[in-house]
Amino acid sequence: MATVQRPVAVFLRCLLCVGALLGQFSAEAKEGKLVITGSSTMAPLVLEMGKRFESLHPGTRIDVQTGGSSRGIADAVNGLADIGMASRALQSQEGNLHGFVIAYDGITIILHDSNPIQELTDDQIKGIYSGIITNWKTVGGLDAPITVVNKAEGRSTLALFLHYFTLSNRDIKAHVVIGDNEQGIKTVAGNPHAIGYVSIGTARYDATYGVPIRLLPLRNIPATLETVREGTFPLSRPLTLVTKTEPTGLANTFIEFARSPATHDLILQHYFVPLAD
Amino acid sequence: MAGGILLLVVAFLILESWPAFQDIGPARFFTDQDWYPTERLYLLTPMLWGTLWATLGSIVLAAPLGILSAIFCHYYAPPLLATWYRRLIELLAGIPSVVYGFWGLVVLVPVIGQLHPPGPSLLAGILVLFLMILPTIMLVAHASFAKVPLSYIHSAMALGLGRWAMIRNVLLPTARAGLFTGILLGIARALGETMAILMVCGNVVQTPSNLFDPIRTLTANIALEMAYALGDHRSALFVSGLLLMGMVVVFVVMAEGLQYRKLDDTAR
Repeated sequence: MATVQRPVAVFLRCLLCVGALLGQFSAEAKEGKLVITGSSTMAPLVLEMGKRFESLHPGTRIDVQTGGSSRGIADAVNGLADIGMASRALQSQEGNLHGFVIAYDGITIILHDSNPIQELTDDQIKGIYSGIITNWKTVGGLDAPITVVNKAEGRSTLALFLHYFTLSNRDIKAHVVIGDNEQGIKTVAGNPHAIGYVSIGTARYDATYGVPIRLLPLRNIPATLETVREGTFPLSRPLTLVTKTEPTGLANTFIEFARSPATHDLILQHYFVPLAD
Repeated sequence: MAGGILLLVVAFLILESWPAFQDIGPARFFTDQDWYPTERLYLLTPMLWGTLWATLGSIVLAAPLGILSAIFCHYYAPPLLATWYRRLIELLAGIPSVVYGFWGLVVLVPVIGQLHPPGPSLLAGILVLFLMILPTIMLVAHASFAKVPLSYIHSAMALGLGRWAMIRNVLLPTARAGLFTGILLGIARALGETMAILMVCGNVVQTPSNLFDPIRTLTANIALEMAYALGDHRSALFVSGLLLMGMVVVFVVMAEGLQYRKLDDTAR
């Protein structure tokens, strides 16, 4: 009998231990875990901020997941996330949400480095993207067909681009549709006659590391981190943390931390632009 | 166990695409003007064609070449070369698809772009898929040639058949079912390939009119938009998953049919 009971007792004891452990985890989850979801532009930055925050506040856990600005806002509304990330300003119908800008990002038009074009007007860019201008010759460049690189549906970069140039996605005659910024940069870097648009941060980073792309100025304003910070670059966007209600407790502490100068070095590392103060 | 999981996956796909069937209706996936899910247009046929053409193109290239290289490896090459050749192909089979995709994006696409802009195209997709499924077809063909009974070969030799006559009249018919299985495995891999295709095909939603047109496949459509899709858009992406699943099922049923025909043949 004893030989039979022994394993059972051991098993029960194990079960108890596991139960106790689980209980501890769930208690901790209530106290010190923040779920942040949303913009893939913001996720790498917020992840770094989260790591630093965790080391400053032992016992806390910041869980960052991507999925796009739309998901960030939806998750914040549904309560699936404590904080949403949106790489755009809140729209008017989202007025009941609370938004906190942590940094700025700009969208830049990029060309291959060997393309002689130094500047394009807004109308020319609009013409190229809507398929009216199909050869670089028309805008003073080489006699070569233009390859138009567009973003996939649902991306906030696409939404901001369309909004600025007052285009609808159905007007755009694209030759390549890309997912993330890096794929866009690789596509333009591999095609001397391509035009695309990506985050200034990513483009500046790659251009300084020798990727053959050139960032075009917009309305005579160069696409640099400085002009985005000053707010003079026309095609820029705020990176926003979103909560459903006025943030309290850990969420509030984290948002204050993200907006403080303590994270400016991280923001610069990711080629975004910190807040002015 | 595995069957149960498969049923669960299918059930999940149907469950997730149900809102789309209710709100949009199954017909509109084939009759809408275009695919602009944020403007509530949900045409899937261009992507269906994209998937089919890319798969068909790659299989047309890979099937003969894969089988021929298996024949070469098995019956023509000197043993040392054959061993190293097979190892090389095995290595090729193990390379992750994203590596092929990256190579396609930085090497193949610019070359095609010089020939005929823009570069990312059906052709690039076909070539990358071809490289990916070639090892599968070759290795399966190699294995089925190895399974041909030695007595067949000896008999053929005793009859004084030349090497090529023996291959054509004895080995190919005997190994036929295995060769078809290899081709179908290749087709299944080509249908389901996502990452490499996403990187080299351009992803423009259109029915291709020539090899240099950019295309979007059903798999690329899911990968490209799933992270950002909400509501009916998300649901419509599950419908493209369901459609893809349906295509794979059709090919698997075909493969089963060929297996049975093989059994009949040997019984006769």
